[in-house]
Amino acid sequence: MNTNSLLQLFFTFFKIGATTFGGGYAMLPIIKREVVERFSWLSDEEFVDALAVTQSLPGAIAVNTAIFIGYKVRGFMGAVISMLGAVLPSYIVILFIAAFLTHFTEYKLVQAAFSGIRPAIAALIAAAVLKVGRPVIKERLNLALAFLFLIFSEVLGLHAILVILSGGLIGLIRHYIHYRQTKKKCEADTE
Amino acid sequence: MILLQLYLAFAKMGFFSIGGGYVMLSLIENEIINARGWLTSAEFVDILAISEMTPGPIAINSATFIGYRVAGVMGSIIATIGVITPSILLVLLAATLFKRFYQNSWVQAAFSGLRPAVIGLIAGAAIFITRTALIDLPSIIIALGAFLLLILTRLHPIAVLAFSALAGVICQYLF
Repeated sequence: MNTNSLLQLFFTFFKIGATTFGGGYAMLPIIKREVVERFSWLSDEEFVDALAVTQSLPGAIAVNTAIFIGYKVRGFMGAVISMLGAVLPSYIVILFIAAFLTHFTEYKLVQAAFSGIRPAIAALIAAAVLKVGRPVIKERLNLALAFLFLIFSEVLGLHAILVILSGGLIGLIRHYIHYRQTKKKCEADTE
Repeated sequence: MILLQLYLAFAKMGFFSIGGGYVMLSLIENEIINARGWLTSAEFVDILAISEMTPGPIAINSATFIGYRVAGVMGSIIATIGVITPSILLVLLAATLFKRFYQNSWVQAAFSGLRPAVIGLIAGAAIFITRTALIDLPSIIIALGAFLLLILTRLHPIAVLAFSALAGVICQYLF
């Protein structure tokens, strides 16, 4: 059972690493399918929270997510194994290209395949908005906030970390207001 | 000695690449091309093209490629380990804190507030990439088809990616 889940982590992140084109968000539907839907290692909410944490730290999102989820599932060993799984595919492919195939990008077949993969990456990220967003945005106010943050990052050019931090701040303020209200209500009730 | 230099240079780049690999590009330009001369500008353009057409984050791809160019297979291993060292340390620290404090009601409140922010960021990336990737009729059709398959069916996203690559090949040879 124990070695089993380590192997599962390795192969899952190897698969994710091998199919992550276009960096960052394009692999979210793939990670979510494997990590949330197939193995239930994280809930919908935990998945978004893990993204928020790993995105705010230095390093590639795919590698950071692998370390974070690996740690959650199987502690330190899980983190190392998942990271190896995520990194090995690109390491092997690049080493091979650097050693033998420097003209890789000039092959007609490769170019043709990429004329299909590029629009698919756009579709993957667009689908990620719905797949990751729908389960966690249940209130109308949160939908409005998501739009607000979209404007922050796209129109005002605010850095991703600042967007995430201001989201956290809004959450804390809402909690504080709620906390004050219930406290007042309790005091009124005891009187 | 060259291995230690490689390790430190890439560990430093890994540390400063917050918010996606593209921040790393200007670091590579300064550190690797201008300061150390490990790479020519033409090779840099090659790496960008190769990174775009191979799986994996651009940070890992460039570390492996440059490491190999500078010091062979050992160089590629050392540079790759270097670039992920900051991730390992910081993400493990964050994961430990996350485990310990996640149930705290204030931490929960902060996370419930930043969930819409994460979704907003992903939506921003979707808009950005749509503008650059949908350039002609075939690409619009492929993107639309892939999107509908992802949203309406239970098809694995990897299968959708493979179909799209195939569609790209077919389009190229048909038109």
